[in-house]
Amino acid sequence: MTEWTALTLGKKIQAGEISAVEATKATLERIKNLEPTLNSFITVEEESALKQAEEVQKKITAGELTGPLAGVPAALKDNLCTEGIRTTCGSRILQNFIPTYTASAVRNLQRAGAILLGKTNMDEFAMGSSTETSYYGPTKNPRNTAYVPGGSSGGSCAAVAAEECFYALGSDTGGSVRQPSAFCGVTGLKPTYGTVSRYGLIAYGSSLEQIGPIARDVADCAAILEAIASHDKKDSTSVKRRDYDFTSALAEDIKGMKIGVLTDYFGSGLDPQVKTAVLKAAETLRDCGALVEEVKLNLTDYAIPAYYVIASAEASSNLARFDGVKYGYRAPEYEGLHSMYKRTRTEGFGTEVKRRIMLGSFVLSQGYYDAYYLKALRARALIKQEFDKAFEKYDIILGPTAPTTAPKLGESLRDPMKMYLGDIYTISANLAGLPAISLPCGKDSKGLPIGLQLMGNCFEEKKLLRAAYTFERANAASITEKGDRDDRRPVYGSAVPERSSL
Amino acid sequence: MKHKYESVIGLEVHVELATKTKIFCSCSTAFGGAPNTHTCPVCTGMPGALPVLNRQVVEYAIAVGLATNCAIARYCKFDRKNYFYPDNPQNYQISQLYLPICRDGYIEIETENGRKRIGIHEIHMEEDAGKLIHDVAEGCSLVDYNRSGVPLIEIVSQPDMRSAEEVIAYLDELRATIQYLGASDCKLQEGSMRVDVNLSVRKVGEKNYGTRTEMKNLNSFKAITRAIEAEAARQTELLEAGKPVIQETRRWDDDKGESYAMRSKEDTRDYRYFPEPDLVPIVISEEWIREIRARQPELRPQKLLRYKREYNIPDYDARLLTAAKGMADMFEETTALCGLPKKVSNWLMVETMRLQKERGMDQEEIPFSSENLAKLIRLTEDGTINSTVAKEVFEKIFEEDIEPEQYVEERGLRTVHDENTLRTCVERIIAENPKSVSDYRNGKEKAMGFLVGQTMKAMKGKANPELVKELLRELL
Repeated sequence: MTEWTALTLGKKIQAGEISAVEATKATLERIKNLEPTLNSFITVEEESALKQAEEVQKKITAGELTGPLAGVPAALKDNLCTEGIRTTCGSRILQNFIPTYTASAVRNLQRAGAILLGKTNMDEFAMGSSTETSYYGPTKNPRNTAYVPGGSSGGSCAAVAAEECFYALGSDTGGSVRQPSAFCGVTGLKPTYGTVSRYGLIAYGSSLEQIGPIARDVADCAAILEAIASHDKKDSTSVKRRDYDFTSALAEDIKGMKIGVLTDYFGSGLDPQVKTAVLKAAETLRDCGALVEEVKLNLTDYAIPAYYVIASAEASSNLARFDGVKYGYRAPEYEGLHSMYKRTRTEGFGTEVKRRIMLGSFVLSQGYYDAYYLKALRARALIKQEFDKAFEKYDIILGPTAPTTAPKLGESLRDPMKMYLGDIYTISANLAGLPAISLPCGKDSKGLPIGLQLMGNCFEEKKLLRAAYTFERANAASITEKGDRDDRRPVYGSAVPERSSL
Repeated sequence: MKHKYESVIGLEVHVELATKTKIFCSCSTAFGGAPNTHTCPVCTGMPGALPVLNRQVVEYAIAVGLATNCAIARYCKFDRKNYFYPDNPQNYQISQLYLPICRDGYIEIETENGRKRIGIHEIHMEEDAGKLIHDVAEGCSLVDYNRSGVPLIEIVSQPDMRSAEEVIAYLDELRATIQYLGASDCKLQEGSMRVDVNLSVRKVGEKNYGTRTEMKNLNSFKAITRAIEAEAARQTELLEAGKPVIQETRRWDDDKGESYAMRSKEDTRDYRYFPEPDLVPIVISEEWIREIRARQPELRPQKLLRYKREYNIPDYDARLLTAAKGMADMFEETTALCGLPKKVSNWLMVETMRLQKERGMDQEEIPFSSENLAKLIRLTEDGTINSTVAKEVFEKIFEEDIEPEQYVEERGLRTVHDENTLRTCVERIIAENPKSVSDYRNGKEKAMGFLVGQTMKAMKGKANPELVKELLRELL
């Protein structure tokens, strides 16, 4: 049962074939068995999950909850505030933080009848691309536990891949939903900026990030997005849209759709196996009737520096509130206010977070603001313009999600610069506010999943979902034709010897 | 002193706006209230909370901008000012640096040398911080976030003022304007109006500005005046002694009548301002500005002209009465009830302001109703009570807002006009004071006053003084 998609389970629950309680118990059982190996979760709320399941099932039976996700167990990235449930952001500084309120997107899920199983592991404050910067230990890739799941939503993606939940929410500031989805072989969507309320999402890079669904397939992503997207008066950057019926876009029809293959994303640094798989995906889409051609944008050189300047600048200010005064960790010993601030933040934050706070403080400081921050804003505007131009001609822009498949545990921490460069294909969508999806399009010789990234114009999730859905169907059919085993189901560390510690 | 110096003064005035709710959340702005009861995730800086701008704040800022002749920005933004302090829950203040809402305005003041324009550099919107309470007994500090997120506007003047008098005139005009708009009550004591004084001195005739200091903790107009005079003297003394003025922030100690340095320019914080990403830019349409302009009440300059024209009262009276909106409203209401604008003006300018001053009250605080003052004036005019009694009754009105007609009846305070009663009394006084009688007869006019006083005293102040005087002259 745990391998079903969220929509399949939802349908069976509505049909009375299975109960929300049974589904919840099954996932909790899996969590119990797999967590010692994977560490996808920081907090598992077994008791409250079962209680929710009973309540939700009652409403379903009474006909009060009829949505497609009612009764389906889900997991939440641990940077989404949940009233009464510890929310750590993967950091020591919030190790004892219990929010007094629930994030708007999570409330939307609760209204849709979701069963919340717990909070998933992540890079500390979503800063990282491997889930190794978490204070609560790294998460392992369920496809092969010697490898990282990607990040920063690595816990959410691993949990979905390992069937510890039917779907999860992540957040994507520079690729944090899409890149771990690619590494774990699941489907993850970053919506257009403003589509999902950020109220209750603990901020890292406010102007860049969106909460997004992580699921087994495109249809699940569409249904989850439909549930979490809303115009929220509590988030000034939230947008009122007219098209919240995202599932209506799920049709295998891309005839005449114009797809640009972004040549900028096929240059040096791209793993040849990833390249082959992604180009093959472009061919598949062409076979489905899309008009596929190459497009060049001249922007990749500036995207990474612009992103790291803007995200770090915002982070340096967003993370200032963690000071030991109001909540969270406070150093046990200090003399006076400044020593309290200094020790609390020295002890409470990890290396990567401190690096970005320092970088961000530097680029905003007097005398450097114009040279770094303002310049980054200009680069961002130019990148947006480039995309606007491209979308005049193309419906979808196609490329790889990441230059490689998942690296081995420990590799990313040794070379942060290399880790930053790994975000090269995902950050443009954040800088330009575009919707983008990552979905599996093959595996490398080590059996690690490869992600295909499709980007759409702002507010064109429907086109994006239709293209992704069409590809997913065509790809599944071709695998079946060739008689390949549909091995969506993960391998747990059996193929590769388990590494007990880093 | 070898040279003549002049002060160059610019002000930064923070005003708490009179909105019901805070600038970025729906918590109450009410003053008082148990600590941390007017709070929510937004104004306590909880992780994940986001600000949403209160529209009324923008409207008040525009209204003040229009009333002070500013250009209103059609497009403005908020910025984050980053600094660590526990009263600031996010460790950044949402303020405006790059694109403030109002710019390039002015206020006109009256000076010895006629009217003068004081330029306004800008007005911007921002949030207030919470309050720290240092518990010495427990050896700890506590923080109350009730005030965190209360909306403020900061009005930054040009360095156009040259004396404490000009500063007070500017503040007086600014305060009246904001009060008239209903945008704030502008109480210095309660902190709803806070004034920082930037001051430098230079030799008269010099074109360049000297090094300035910023003075904080000024809680009354009197403190502002004293601080300006003391700081100008301090800087002049330094320059005369050939010592430099250090650019620094100073704190005024009103009890000691002196200031001390808080922090110098070397430790000026780098606030690392950058555009607030959680708020969208504010687009202000012509239509919105027109609407706010149309709603604008009559302001002090117009009211002043109208008072002189409509009520025919002296310029001096009109200025005093219009300085505080509450006072002006009381004048108009009372005059509407009893006519006699000059009499109403006198009661307000003399007795009301005297009692307010005695009790340390603000001119806005008028503790009685216009009905009762109007009745008192009528009682005086028709001779029911004399002026001595009237003053006594007025104090009662001021203290308890008593109904004067009933009060006068109950206490038998009516003036005695009956000639026979008065004659009996005057005869007795003449008999009891032979010395004064002879003095008067010997041409000492002063003795008359004493005899009138004695009679009034015997009549418990209720006699008609004119009649008493008449009778005394007759009988002597």
